[in-house]
Amino acid sequence: MTEADSTFGAGRIAQQFEALRSQGKKALVTFVTAGDPGLDFTVPAMHSLVAGGANLLELGIPFSDPEAEGPAIQAANERALANGMTLAKVLDMVAEFRQTDSVTPVILMGYLNSVLAMADFPQRASQAGVDGLIMVNLPLEEGAELQRALKAVNIDVVWLVAPTTSDARARDVASNASGFLYYVSLKGTTGSGSLAVDEVAERTRYLRTLTDVPLCVGFGIKDAETARAVSEHADGVIVGSALVQLMADSADVPAATARLRAATGAIRQGIDA
Amino acid sequence: MAELTVDSTPPEGYAQPTQGGHFGQFGGRFVAETLTHALDGLAELYAGLKDDPEFKKELHEDLAHFVGRPTPLYLAERLTASLGGASIYLKREDLNHTGAHKVCNTIGQALLAKRMGKPRVIAETGAGQHGVATATVAARLGLACDVYMGEEDVHRQSLNVYRMKLMGANVIPVTSGSKTLKDAMNEAMRDWVSNVDNTHYIIGTVAGPHPYPMLVRDFASIIGQEARAQMLQQVGKLPDVVVACVGGGSNAMGIFHPFIDDADVALVGVEAGGHGLHTGSHAAPLNDGKVGVLHGNRSYLISDDDGQVLETHSVSAGLDYPGVGPEHAYLKDIGRATYAAATDDDAMAAFRMLNRQEGILPALETSHALAWVVENAPKMPGQTILVNLSGRGDKDILTVADIDGITL
Repeated sequence: MTEADSTFGAGRIAQQFEALRSQGKKALVTFVTAGDPGLDFTVPAMHSLVAGGANLLELGIPFSDPEAEGPAIQAANERALANGMTLAKVLDMVAEFRQTDSVTPVILMGYLNSVLAMADFPQRASQAGVDGLIMVNLPLEEGAELQRALKAVNIDVVWLVAPTTSDARARDVASNASGFLYYVSLKGTTGSGSLAVDEVAERTRYLRTLTDVPLCVGFGIKDAETARAVSEHADGVIVGSALVQLMADSADVPAATARLRAATGAIRQGIDA
Repeated sequence: MAELTVDSTPPEGYAQPTQGGHFGQFGGRFVAETLTHALDGLAELYAGLKDDPEFKKELHEDLAHFVGRPTPLYLAERLTASLGGASIYLKREDLNHTGAHKVCNTIGQALLAKRMGKPRVIAETGAGQHGVATATVAARLGLACDVYMGEEDVHRQSLNVYRMKLMGANVIPVTSGSKTLKDAMNEAMRDWVSNVDNTHYIIGTVAGPHPYPMLVRDFASIIGQEARAQMLQQVGKLPDVVVACVGGGSNAMGIFHPFIDDADVALVGVEAGGHGLHTGSHAAPLNDGKVGVLHGNRSYLISDDDGQVLETHSVSAGLDYPGVGPEHAYLKDIGRATYAAATDDDAMAAFRMLNRQEGILPALETSHALAWVVENAPKMPGQTILVNLSGRGDKDILTVADIDGITL
């Protein structure tokens, strides 16, 4: 198992959290599925998210069997695959985004089989400008090898901690944390139910005692109000399904980017308030 | 039938899986973090119970008096004579309560759910046999039961859907993806991740995350334990070949496992060759798949170059699955078992043959194992084949009639 070298490390993710901490601000992390609802939506969407106030971008790798996703992101995966998305195209989109934004960290999120299918993924992802990887179905015990391979190219594997994760296990995960630690705020699929802020506060307080690596909370954060409440107990909040739904309901790229920018701006304001 | 004493000690020379649930490079636990705690709890509970005399007694009594075990070992004389080669013995799992071996696993897992104090069980089902077996044990123990079933399979297996409903289970059609077994399993995982506190997920095959491949195998191993003892008692020797169909692979693991140390006994699994392996339209990952991760474990998988899981085809809903239990992947790689494939047409021909020559209506899944027998028995004079007749085909009558162009 690898240990985090320092609180922040060296990459874009670390630099971003360091900058935010020095400004006394919390991170807004946004998720959209690459290639959804159309191939040409993604790169403009990424830029408009940043313009609206997102600090880190998660980009979903479409997968045929997204077993931890709720209906909104499931549908996004199906649309993206119908559009012909592949992991190679996801990397192309990141590279295109990087042509005009060399600061905002980009973290790919998806399922292990996508990454396993690309033998030289670490090198290609690094060249494209990817900073982190979240594998929904890869627990710490199975992921040491991938974490090592990615660390060699300065890509952080972001581990998840769930409400059901035991204290002992949380210690193991925290001691291997890189980039940030992703606290899953509810027992369920993405975008489901409503989270209990008290419970989130209690768990994040405990996680805080385990690591100095930034702590972000996601799953079930739909609006500015929840984002604000949760951000008081974390270094950042992650919003996904709500934005994915908003894109699905947009007729074209200009409509989608305008709505994304406005929605992100509203959540940003909520967090900063 | 004479008293049957089975030896339930696991094979000594073969201790699989490892502590972490690995069978060589296969198996493991590839799930969302939220489920890890429940899987740890299940593994721990099972480790404490599997050798517990009281648990074993309870399981044994259920298998004897509720399921009707032991099931017979039957010499298929007319089939043997007409194929003119090996002697063919059928392990009559079609005679289990509910009509297939699946109930041995659900009885075992329901007893685990009861001990965990979980009032609700969920299951995925393809052909509906596992769903029926789950609904059955849920009714008997008074547990709430939701069964996820691909919409496509709901149509293909309408009789089983109605059976589940009669027993009080709620059948939820799954409309995502390919609308078959794999999507039902995705949906069951989503349910479990949301309701893990009060729900036990009864996985129906030797796949899924650790400890499922191990515990489903162990519960299914009663098939092989009995068959091995019956071969020695009735025939006076072990079979030369043990053959079983493989979808996820639970009936095959169940009959293979007690024979693994018997080096002279060949183990043959038969996958669904669909329209033929060369067409790509099949459900035979061990014959034509690549190593990948789906539904919690690493195994052979039918997927494309981008890692996307592909739709499969088989005339048999129960075999129509792109993955396969990780222990089969391991047995293939170490050469202990071999895996063939039978096409839809071959399976249908074997299905008809068993009906006409033995008066036994096999499931379409099972008919794939029989197709291997039809092809190979003539080349094996003087030898003995043990076939796992894993389930009966009442559920398939509408499908078969449809193939014959008959509306019932």
